Amino acid sequence: MSKAGFDFSNVIRNGFLEAKGIPLPKATSTGTTIVGCLFADGVVLGADTRATSGPIVADKNCEKIHFISENIRCCGAGTAADTEFTTAMISSNMELHALSTGRKPRVVTAMTMLKQLLFRYQGNIGAALVLGGVDDTGPNLFTVAPHGSTDKLPYVTMGSGSLAAMAIFETEWVAGLSRDAAIALVSKAVQAGIFNDLGSGSNVDVCIITKDRTDMLRNFLRPNEKVEKERRYKFARGTTDWKKDREIV
Amino acid sequence: MDHHPTNWGRPRDDRVDPYGTFPIHARPRPKEDAFGDAVKHTQQPIVTGSSVIGLKYKDGVMLAADNLASYGSLARYKDVQRLHPVGTSTILGAGGDMSDFQYIQHTLDSLIIEEFTYDDGNKLGPTEIYQYLSRIMYNRRSKMNPLWNSLVVGGIKSDGESFLGYVDLLGTTYQSPTIATGFGSYIAQPLLRNAVDEHPEPLTEEEALSIIQKCMKTLFYRDARSLNKYQVAKVTAEGVTISDPIEAPTVWGFAEGIRGYGAQTQ
Repeated sequence: MSKAGFDFSNVIRNGFLEAKGIPLPKATSTGTTIVGCLFADGVVLGADTRATSGPIVADKNCEKIHFISENIRCCGAGTAADTEFTTAMISSNMELHALSTGRKPRVVTAMTMLKQLLFRYQGNIGAALVLGGVDDTGPNLFTVAPHGSTDKLPYVTMGSGSLAAMAIFETEWVAGLSRDAAIALVSKAVQAGIFNDLGSGSNVDVCIITKDRTDMLRNFLRPNEKVEKERRYKFARGTTDWKKDREIV
Repeated sequence: MDHHPTNWGRPRDDRVDPYGTFPIHARPRPKEDAFGDAVKHTQQPIVTGSSVIGLKYKDGVMLAADNLASYGSLARYKDVQRLHPVGTSTILGAGGDMSDFQYIQHTLDSLIIEEFTYDDGNKLGPTEIYQYLSRIMYNRRSKMNPLWNSLVVGGIKSDGESFLGYVDLLGTTYQSPTIATGFGSYIAQPLLRNAVDEHPEPLTEEEALSIIQKCMKTLFYRDARSLNKYQVAKVTAEGVTISDPIEAPTVWGFAEGIRGYGAQTQ
């Protein structure tokens, strides 16, 4: 028997558990700086690569630019599991939809699927997304917030580093940027997040989407590489003495 | 008539209702009166200023702050000067509660006058003002009665070097070539750091002014408690100057072709 409307039984269960002294487990959050901007030929998306679990860096080089379809990508900020599963689900449904309609998938379709899913869960799915792509209607760029609202803008940022990245965009974005200028701007914005926000760090991923092709530049910049150690810590053979020598075949 | 045996033989306390239902083992205690001391301690800021930004450049230091004092979400006072000259070589910028800032201004003015009356050739420079303020702010926080401000102290020291420091309501202090308080720490600080940190040479006056204008413009775009009317203060070897109010030019054409927030095309 399917009940109509929203099902909040888990919310009630969680409240009960919390009252008993069992708090909600701390989700791995992507902390994050994710950005997107329109340029002359399409869309450029950018993201940092740090995943945090509270104050600890859980993953130094995670991938935050998710595949939706060949011509559409989605950056995800917020709870890592939520962004991962949400984008995977919509990607899967987009493929089925494209086969069903016989048409190249459109960005507004993915956007609508995402917002309807997130609204249904009333913000309990912690996914803040930057969705971009080029389809038959042209280049498109949207943000989708955890509660299901969307914004249509020429340049967007999300995540804890969004203010630092947006400061860069507000001072330097202009319409009709060239491909290289757009990549440079997006890298600069993500780097502002990496160096000024503690929830973001490590490397810069960039993805350029145009009408004809999509280029995923994983680790486009690596401004935080580990410095080579000054000493060698390997022990030479013979440092430790041995009494017996037996070969096991 | 007080029925509770624990109160027999003790002075009568009229703040207590003797017919309330108390567990017998607990003496009835007077209800805590928040205004009993006639003084309130831990507070919330009422009339507030937003960000203050500052940076060191070739000739000295430059500070900027907008002319708004908000009353919650109301843009109440739109011609407030949040930059205050102290003596001849220091400038103080403040965000946070404006009444506490006015008290600080008054205290510092009295201090400068007192120093003047000693007539011993000593001047209070930015380092002295900074130390004095950090003592006051930490002392107030330790009494759980803070002056609810974030302060930026900038100036030229007696040896000619420039000085830029931050003090806040908790007594936190630090010095840096670039400082931004409030919303500015999220939005302006990345821009200031990009301009100043990588530069091997100190910025010229034009460059410093340009980066300040960019920061104030971006703050007006993105801070919901800001105003597009700000002043820039400059401290150089010549002294302290505070500019007239400036309006940053803003660009809104980016949204010209956009309709709706999603699938809408018309």
